[in-house]
Amino acid sequence: MNEFWTVDFVPLLAASLSALACALVGNLLVLTRRAMAADALSHAVVPGVVIAVALAGVAGSVVVLIGGVASAFAASALVAFLVRAGRVEQGTALGVVFTTFFAFGILVLEWSGLARTGFDVHHVITGYLEGLIWVGPEAGEGGILAMAATLPPVVFELALVLVLVVAILAVFRKELALLAFDPVFARASGLPVGLLEAALLTATALACTAAFKSVGVVLAVATIVCPAATARLLTQRLSTQVALSAAIALGTVLLGYGAAILAPRAVGSALALNAAGTIGAVAGLLLAGTALVRARA
Amino acid sequence: MSLLAGIGFNTIVVMIGVAALGCAAGAAGTFAMLRRKALVSDAVAHGTLPGIAGAFLLAALLGRAPREAAWLMGGAAIAAVLSLAAIEWLARRPRIGHDTATAAVLACGFGLGLALLSVVQTLSVGGQAGLEQLLFGSAAGMLPEEAWLMGGLAVLVLAIIGLVLKELSTVAFDPDFAATIGLPVARLDALVALLCASVVVAALPIAGFVLAVALVVIPPAAARFWSNRAGVVVVLAAAIGSASALAGAALSAILTETPTGPAIVLVAALFFAVSLFFGRARGLLAGGAA
Repeated sequence: MNEFWTVDFVPLLAASLSALACALVGNLLVLTRRAMAADALSHAVVPGVVIAVALAGVAGSVVVLIGGVASAFAASALVAFLVRAGRVEQGTALGVVFTTFFAFGILVLEWSGLARTGFDVHHVITGYLEGLIWVGPEAGEGGILAMAATLPPVVFELALVLVLVVAILAVFRKELALLAFDPVFARASGLPVGLLEAALLTATALACTAAFKSVGVVLAVATIVCPAATARLLTQRLSTQVALSAAIALGTVLLGYGAAILAPRAVGSALALNAAGTIGAVAGLLLAGTALVRARA
Repeated sequence: MSLLAGIGFNTIVVMIGVAALGCAAGAAGTFAMLRRKALVSDAVAHGTLPGIAGAFLLAALLGRAPREAAWLMGGAAIAAVLSLAAIEWLARRPRIGHDTATAAVLACGFGLGLALLSVVQTLSVGGQAGLEQLLFGSAAGMLPEEAWLMGGLAVLVLAIIGLVLKELSTVAFDPDFAATIGLPVARLDALVALLCASVVVAALPIAGFVLAVALVVIPPAAARFWSNRAGVVVVLAAAIGSASALAGAALSAILTETPTGPAIVLVAALFFAVSLFFGRARGLLAGGAA
């Protein structure tokens, strides 16, 4: 296989799958002013994942996803409890809970010895798309299935999560849209608000957890917030906004990944930039550029 | 005296710096919390990474020693102010709002920083290990100069808070009244944001990017359970911040494989949990006092 397929294809695929899942769920989070809650959640999944992996002894997809979603539910229940029973302001409660969860997760990771078995916590934060190298099938083993079987497992994890996120959003699309635009009316008209909140939380937690190993927490937050916010500046219709956000997310990945590879080459250097970082930066630049052009929106 | 001799002068300097910083963080964070801007400091902390990596690259280009604390902190400070400005600029658009603007600046600023950091890591200059440590913080590797800088900044922040304590408290607890009596509410809010940003920048070496925000969030939140009076909350938050920073730094020095940032956060969280239950003004067991 040539260099593109070995080095660049899987990182691009993984970043695209993750960015799509994040951007789709991001539309509802941005509309309901929960961007910082999503950021908090992306950090709060860490202890659940670490504990699940330590208990199960393997870092299989299902173990990681269950741990992450469980952790997200625990964190979100604790935030709700602090706000209601403790009269803590929402942002402060988020800050207290996510830093505590994250700190606890880091210490469990260090103390359990998982940190020394290739579970690099730096990569959780910074992303490690560069690590997704595709060796490809042995010579002579043809067929698409044989090719696909040699892809890194994280690709299947991200694809599974994208399907789950799309399914959750599709099943509840009318109810979630109503909840996003008019929560008071949604409550008054007898919608199962608790169930809808749980569905949205599950979708967010899945998207954040799937991003955990190679895409990184920071890129997950960038792709949750920026494509949806950019699309929102361009349209007021939710269906158009969702479609636009997906297109912007994919464009962001291509531009950002391209910048990571090509920018150093332009100045005659052989190194490559951290692609998760450049994709995140491009997401922000697109938002800032759109905000400049659509100054009245 | 023999105990102090065993610890060593450098360690004492670092401990004093850490305690002063925790103190300033608790005090400054109280006003941010009361103005519902606690999480802006998270965006500022992440937003400093491009400044730090940029300062490192510039220093390497100019042939200076890149790990000079003042140089890196200068880069961090410029990036922190730019992050604050970017949040305010984006948040002015009603379809974006403050919440989305904060998260966008946080994630994208950090992304830009990561990209620059990957350039730094390919340079054949010393000191990159220090940048790696900034992710989760480490009091152990801190030089006395850095501790002096950190402590000095903390004292400056505390002095400014002391000077305008009354005005800040009025704005925090009753913004409408503050505006009526002619206090410059917007300017005081900006001052609080700058004070928190200074503290967060100074806290980066010990707490790291991800957890620096905890120093300005958790101690005030814990202190709030004990009193409804601004002055008392500020002093308590400063005390809890100082104790958390000091105990966390000490624990991370004693225990193996315990980064300083997470250790400080968990000590602060313990203070928070105790206050949540037993706080006399708003604690869960306070006996229905409203």
